[in-house]
Amino acid sequence: MKILTGNDLKTGDVVWWDGQNWSRDVNDAADAGGDADAILAREDAAVRVNAGYVIDALRTGDGVRPAHIKDRIRALGPTVRLDFSLKPADTNVSEWVL
Amino acid sequence: MYQYDQYDQAMVDARVAEFRGQVERRLAGELTEDQFKPLRLKNGLYLQLHAYMLRVAIPYGTLNSRQMRLLGDIADKYDRGYGHFTTRQNLQYNWIKLEETPDILADLATVEMHAIQTSGNCIRNISSDQYAGAAADELVDPRPYAELLRQWSSFHPEFDYLPRKFKFAVIASDTDRAAMRLHDIGIQIVANECGDIGAKFHVGGGMGRTPMIAPVIREFVPALQMISYAEACLRVYNRYGRRDNKYKARIKILIHEIGADEYRRQVEEEFAHVLTLGLEPPAAELARIQGFFADPGFETGLSDEVDRSDPDFAVWLNQNTVAHKQPGYAVVTISLKPIGGIPGDASADQIRLMADLGRDHSFDELRVTHSQNIVLPHVKKADLYALWQKLEAAGLGSANLDLISDIIACPGLDYCSLANARSIPLAQKISQRFADLDRQRDLGELKLKISGCINACGHHHAGHIGILGVDRKGTENYQLSFGGSEAADTSLAQITGPGFSEDGVVDAVEKATNVYLAQRSEGERFLDTYRRIGMAPFKEAIYG
Repeated sequence: MKILTGNDLKTGDVVWWDGQNWSRDVNDAADAGGDADAILAREDAAVRVNAGYVIDALRTGDGVRPAHIKDRIRALGPTVRLDFSLKPADTNVSEWVL
Repeated sequence: MYQYDQYDQAMVDARVAEFRGQVERRLAGELTEDQFKPLRLKNGLYLQLHAYMLRVAIPYGTLNSRQMRLLGDIADKYDRGYGHFTTRQNLQYNWIKLEETPDILADLATVEMHAIQTSGNCIRNISSDQYAGAAADELVDPRPYAELLRQWSSFHPEFDYLPRKFKFAVIASDTDRAAMRLHDIGIQIVANECGDIGAKFHVGGGMGRTPMIAPVIREFVPALQMISYAEACLRVYNRYGRRDNKYKARIKILIHEIGADEYRRQVEEEFAHVLTLGLEPPAAELARIQGFFADPGFETGLSDEVDRSDPDFAVWLNQNTVAHKQPGYAVVTISLKPIGGIPGDASADQIRLMADLGRDHSFDELRVTHSQNIVLPHVKKADLYALWQKLEAAGLGSANLDLISDIIACPGLDYCSLANARSIPLAQKISQRFADLDRQRDLGELKLKISGCINACGHHHAGHIGILGVDRKGTENYQLSFGGSEAADTSLAQITGPGFSEDGVVDAVEKATNVYLAQRSEGERFLDTYRRIGMAPFKEAIYG
């Protein structure tokens, strides 16, 4: 699947296109299919996302998993500060990243 | 230390106001990201892997306790409670909000700090010897010369859009503690045969994808012509440096391609012209700046004796303090490299504590080192034990300066959008592997440096042991190298061979240290043994 990611303009937070809006959780990411460029152009013009780009990902039983390690780390947060991950209480939160 | 005059403060305040307006226009959609990006970068604001990152300039690594305290307060108020001290003596915040950046810059301006020219193709923060003004081996304090260069290079209109970024380092002792020869321009303040003070110019050094050691371009430039000579060096680079290929745009490539002799000839020609323009600041300005760097009020008649009865303190004393020029005082390095920690990171509370210790024990001065540690430059020896106890209680008492766990590591793929592999977890694993301090001390001076990509922010080319993280088909892989140095014996590390996994490279490092222990001669460091016996025995142990 093709998914869209970027950063929230005001806060810089990593965000993922969920089909309607931008979510902080990669598991909300929607398949943009062939519309990726059009969506990014529209969202950029509307100042709703910054530095957006399209990536390959897989939808697994455990959630959406970006294909490249860099994007998986973007989705998780720093592997050395799991207290800043989306689920800081989950000690296994980083297992799928590496 | 230097204090802003009305012009300095007005410039910084005006820049904050200007950037506030630019941010407002960006948030309102009046500026596109393409238009805004060069503006934010000129104010030190990057967009990194997870968030905006703000790089704050710490000129020549020197700051006072008020400034240090504010860095801690900003970490709490605007970031996530910590800061990262960098390999160019700056500080980075990793979780900054664009909408709050003008307020951060305004706060910084209240203590004479900013983030100007910490990014972009301009002259960056001038770095220097972290022991300046305190070292027993220095000719003079190099910081007035660094400050003169800072003032000359700040908002210099001719050098605001260079072919690539440009970095200076200034030192004033034969012991290079600032990786001087690995900068675009490295200056050593020297005396000529008449005893006159001047600048020895090394030009065209650097790390990155094409590491080079800067050749000497001029042995002696009179101190009061240093700015004119720097101007000439930059003008030749600005004229001929390549703008068509960012990978060949640094000055080191220009000098490599045309040759040091031809570059020198052109600089001399330009220098003769520049001298006619009257650009050089008057001697009175250098004298005014030097006045800010006068020795603090050292007490005299102090004893050099220190009670070493506490064995843990004695180890720290031996490892983390060096001789001061003033009897009864020592230079203290606070390690930001606890075992298993993140090199260069300090919590807001630790930053504020170090600020207090600088105020109470070091004449209100602190330094940031390119090795990502903090220095208290002027500590009375009688205060050392009490100081160490406070550091220990705060997790800042690691006695590992220049040992294998005193690792330089860039933020790597955990934070940096340019990185190919993670650096920090590797640093953590290596420090844990060598956690035993007796073992580390037996290994002696061993500078291990890790970069997460070819840009070499972790100085891996200059490591006694260097590690470079690369992306091999989507998997992290680590190239190992030996024999680098960024000290006065500057050398570039040589790659051992095929790369390793994360765990594999930790094992390889350990095997290399075993070769060293087996082969070392009396008094040899790891680097010395490597230079004597060469790569072969190490390769055999690692790959055999």
